[in-house]
Amino acid sequence: MEMKELIVEKLKKNFGEFVQEVTDFRNDLSITIASNKIVDVAKILKEDPELEFVMCKDVTAIDWATRKNRFTVVYHIYSFKNNITLRIKANIAEESPAIESVTSVWPSANWYERETYDMYGIVFKNHPDLRRMYMPEGFQYHPLRKEFPVLGIPGSLPLPGKI
Amino acid sequence: MGLEAKLQQDGFITTTIDSIIAWARKSSVWPMPMGISCCAIEMIAAADPKYDLARFGSEVMRFTPRQCDLMIVAGTVTYKMAQVVRRIYDQMPEPKWVIAMGACTSSGGMYRSYSVVQGIDQFLPVDVYTAGCPPRPENLINAVMTIQQKISKTRARDFQDQPFDNTIITNN
Repeated sequence: MEMKELIVEKLKKNFGEFVQEVTDFRNDLSITIASNKIVDVAKILKEDPELEFVMCKDVTAIDWATRKNRFTVVYHIYSFKNNITLRIKANIAEESPAIESVTSVWPSANWYERETYDMYGIVFKNHPDLRRMYMPEGFQYHPLRKEFPVLGIPGSLPLPGKI
Repeated sequence: MGLEAKLQQDGFITTTIDSIIAWARKSSVWPMPMGISCCAIEMIAAADPKYDLARFGSEVMRFTPRQCDLMIVAGTVTYKMAQVVRRIYDQMPEPKWVIAMGACTSSGGMYRSYSVVQGIDQFLPVDVYTAGCPPRPENLINAVMTIQQKISKTRARDFQDQPFDNTIITNN
């Protein structure tokens, strides 16, 4: 528990009110930060000699549908030194959702961010290669958004020609 | 009375061109193993010594479409993969047949989802549908035998004027 308190303390010292929420549900430490500070937070967490969160395990998002800040981008990072998985969250608005890419800090975030862009339409600024991951090029929708129907939109995905 | 006995008696047989070509075709159906997901494992099992697809002349799984007569689509076909499946099908020489192996290829199966084609007959002419998830090897063998019955009813002239269609459809 000491280590977790140290993480929160360091973030609060560096970012003050930009650290919006800290929860520790079932021993999973989860920290919500302001979305415009994501790269700075990532740098501190990775480069601080006491923390060393060197591994980015996952980047994904949540579509809350009705909230004012509709999307939450979620990062799971891991410290080999302390054997701690930390969850970082950042809420972003519905209107042209975008957040700074963390590929400059964790190169492994590259494909995770591409997947999140593909599924939710969240633009990761300064990403080196922000193309779709699963859906074909030219597809106009983002399937994991709540308004997207499970069976898709008829005619939106082309099938090959003649029979 | 088998073929050997005939040869011992007279040394010749009488038949028609159509039936002997159909007999040759149905006895050497070379499959294109389009193994996309778990059905592929059962397809491999059908070719192994226990089930032995070689009994029906279909043991030669060719990994180039240019040497195949039968495409066994074994697995979930997504919209993205459909382009690839159709492209490979287009490269197979005529005459050619298609088995839709399993629930996913026949109807989308349990993947009632935006990314999965709800039945490959939307872009391929399917000859035999196979039930099961995945179908047992016996079921696939039954499908191959059904294809054989279908081929045995064809006439050679049904296919004679069809030139090899090497125009590859790129519909992206």
